[in-house]
Amino acid sequence: MKAFSQLIASLDQTTKTSEKIAALANYFDTATNQDKVWVIALLSGRIPPRAINTRLLREWAAELSEIEPWLFEETYHIVGDLAETIALLVHNAQPKKSSTTPLYSILNRLHTLKTEDETKKKAYVLSFWKQNDYLSCFAFTKFFTGGFRLGVSQRLMTKALEKSTEIPADELAMKLMGDWDPRTISFDKLVIAKEDAAQEAKPYPFFLAYPLEEAFDALGEATQWAIEHKWDGIRAQLVYRGGAVYLWSRGEELVNHQFPEIEAIQDQLPVSCVLDGELLAHDKNKPLSFGALQKRLGRKNVSEKLIAEYPVVFKAYDLLEYDQKDMRSQTYEVRRTLLERFNFNGKLLLSERIMPQHWDQFRAEKERASEVRSEGLMLKRLDSIYQVGRKKGGWYKSKVDPLTIDAVLTFAMRGHGRRSNLYTDFTFGLWRENEDGIAELVTFAKAYSGLTDKEFAAVNQWIKKNTVARFGPVRQVNPELVFEIAFEGISKSGRHKSGYATRFPRILRWRTDKSAEEANNISDLEYLVIE
Amino acid sequence: MKKTLLEFTDSGIYCPKADVYLDPWRPVSKALISHAHADHSRWGHQHYISHEFSTPIIKHRLGGVEIASKKWGERFSIQGVHFSFHPAGHIVGSSQIKVEHKGETWVFSGDYKTYDDGFTTPFEPQKCDVFITECTFGIPSFKWPRQDLVFEQIQQWWKENAEKGITSVLFGYSLGKAQRLSFHLREEVGPLLLHPVIHAHNEVVGSVKSLPHHQKLDKNIDPKKLKTALILAPPNAQDSSWLKKWMPYKTAAASGWMATRGARRRRGYDTGFVLSDHADFYELTNAIKATEAQHVICTHGYTDIYSRFLNSRGVYATTADTPFEDEPVTTEEEKP
Repeated sequence: MKAFSQLIASLDQTTKTSEKIAALANYFDTATNQDKVWVIALLSGRIPPRAINTRLLREWAAELSEIEPWLFEETYHIVGDLAETIALLVHNAQPKKSSTTPLYSILNRLHTLKTEDETKKKAYVLSFWKQNDYLSCFAFTKFFTGGFRLGVSQRLMTKALEKSTEIPADELAMKLMGDWDPRTISFDKLVIAKEDAAQEAKPYPFFLAYPLEEAFDALGEATQWAIEHKWDGIRAQLVYRGGAVYLWSRGEELVNHQFPEIEAIQDQLPVSCVLDGELLAHDKNKPLSFGALQKRLGRKNVSEKLIAEYPVVFKAYDLLEYDQKDMRSQTYEVRRTLLERFNFNGKLLLSERIMPQHWDQFRAEKERASEVRSEGLMLKRLDSIYQVGRKKGGWYKSKVDPLTIDAVLTFAMRGHGRRSNLYTDFTFGLWRENEDGIAELVTFAKAYSGLTDKEFAAVNQWIKKNTVARFGPVRQVNPELVFEIAFEGISKSGRHKSGYATRFPRILRWRTDKSAEEANNISDLEYLVIE
Repeated sequence: MKKTLLEFTDSGIYCPKADVYLDPWRPVSKALISHAHADHSRWGHQHYISHEFSTPIIKHRLGGVEIASKKWGERFSIQGVHFSFHPAGHIVGSSQIKVEHKGETWVFSGDYKTYDDGFTTPFEPQKCDVFITECTFGIPSFKWPRQDLVFEQIQQWWKENAEKGITSVLFGYSLGKAQRLSFHLREEVGPLLLHPVIHAHNEVVGSVKSLPHHQKLDKNIDPKKLKTALILAPPNAQDSSWLKKWMPYKTAAASGWMATRGARRRRGYDTGFVLSDHADFYELTNAIKATEAQHVICTHGYTDIYSRFLNSRGVYATTADTPFEDEPVTTEEEKP
């Protein structure tokens, strides 16, 4: 555990990728195989089951540090991270030594702890907190609260593993995909051993597009490229091997159970293959909004009714494997030609492409984005191969401009984490006439990002001087400041007071030129809604 | 209505009976100054009264102002009200100001810490009826480690950088933190070099309390020396062109805010060391207990939360708005 705590400290102390890789590689060089498997698991999102819910952890931490629950909550709000808050409160400032229990044994223990009674759980957790220093307590508590990221992406972890094992990162990425259990798999089997052919469910690492920022001229001839629409769904791979379909989301999650209707696609597939595409809510003729797809996400059981109400299709745009042959080193043109021979109907659709003769066609097609319900365009180079991760040169994406509206700042909440001492979480309202014909502000969105540090400082100063009421970490402010809010989509919603739900709202700019009266009305949203 | 001994006005904390202000934020005729930090000792008053250690620092910062100096515990009267300065342990010369009149005692803490840092005159608790306290770090996640452990971490960090031939840049507030660091850090692997502003402050503070001599960093520096050096710089030098001249380097800050990862990352430091000249939550609570005050007024920091905490522990507490660094970590780290 000591080496792991130190790894966390060094990862936390740098923002440079090269130094993070070096720290991780150094850990992989020196740690035991059992611990290494667990670190790979943690850094690829395979956290142990929640042995204890966070409500209990909060209670116990408050109890151990002799503070009331409200003070715990206030402190948590300011610190921003639950594990960090708990560790700061409970750690032993003068510990005898760092924990010598190996990482793997603590993590294995968490699996068995889950089924034990509360008294045993409490005794185990409190004894750890009391004996250990801040870093160990932080790492330990993180095992219960999840989200072990520390600015380390899976890609970065794989790079470090490459440095340590000299196995190419792409090969490692492949090995680390899919379902494996850190408790049972050995480091040799997971990392060192040659790829096991039996693991037929495994998807390929996704190839990701770069945002298109350069001028079109830099891309060369339009005829070297194909245009596709960028669908507003979930990126997915459909793996069909050994007579079974495996549907993988980009988060490397098997999502078959969420989309049972997709399995029927196998009858349409000529041979074993792997398709890259988009899971999309879609009625007979047209894609539905992302909001419709969202109704299908994160459910344990999917009812027939739900499937009928929000039908989902797989819109294919690439072919990664065909008849047991890895197609990724073939050109896009070759892969697409083969793909287009498939039988597309029902749940399996093709993402059509346009072969431009001139860049004007790109601009014209982009205008059609909202008409066909896409969020922009993709550009794919005809001679590009299918690479791993985000690489420049092959694929580009170009989103349509976001929707915007001017709204009034109504509430501000202290930020979490990085900005834990600033008011950064803002609530915005739009005008609406109430029954008495008086204009009032109705909350329409919350937004966090979009202002510079300087603007934040100025807005914060203003908030402090213009507070009308305080509710814990939240301040209600005079309705005076106007901000332009951008968002990706909007749909009607019975759950929101305004009657609308926005997707990915963020602050575009501070409209110091506008007074609150000049902000938009709720009815202005009506024009932006895509039915 | 009966006037209280001290009251909060638009110009500052005011004693109507003596017609003087404590750390006023608008120009007044007579000001008692708790310590020399800019938000407590402002420009433009006609007469200043401060502890003798603060006097040369205030003069250095504000130029030729008229200051009467007092010693620790020296009682003096203004229109029948007794005043005295008592060590607050925050920075050199920092004082609690005690105000007594007809058996009633108020103490204004200024900024303080109760931890003895080995350089600053240590905090001395004062019994009083009303205690006006800061609570910059008034939430329980702030629990300071022992400073010798922190200095050890700094030395270790400095050593690791020096071994790689990388300069260490340590940010600390130029008045207070910088002297505490200059006093305690040891030049084991290379020289300790001072930013010109810190060098100037060290000279002034050195005139009242002896400090080891450290070299001022300027362009005449031997580049070889720089590779193993630790540069002590004020936080606002972080993005300066002055600092860029000494690349390559690693940065760290010594501040109470470094206790949370978010605050450190927000400022983009490579490393943070938890070292504060303010009381942590537990020090505040013990200090307040020792005053035996019946009424505590929280002026800056997490005032809402901390006063609620005090009330929950049976200590009557209220808050008062002052421009003393009310919400910390805005643009300058640990501005006093």
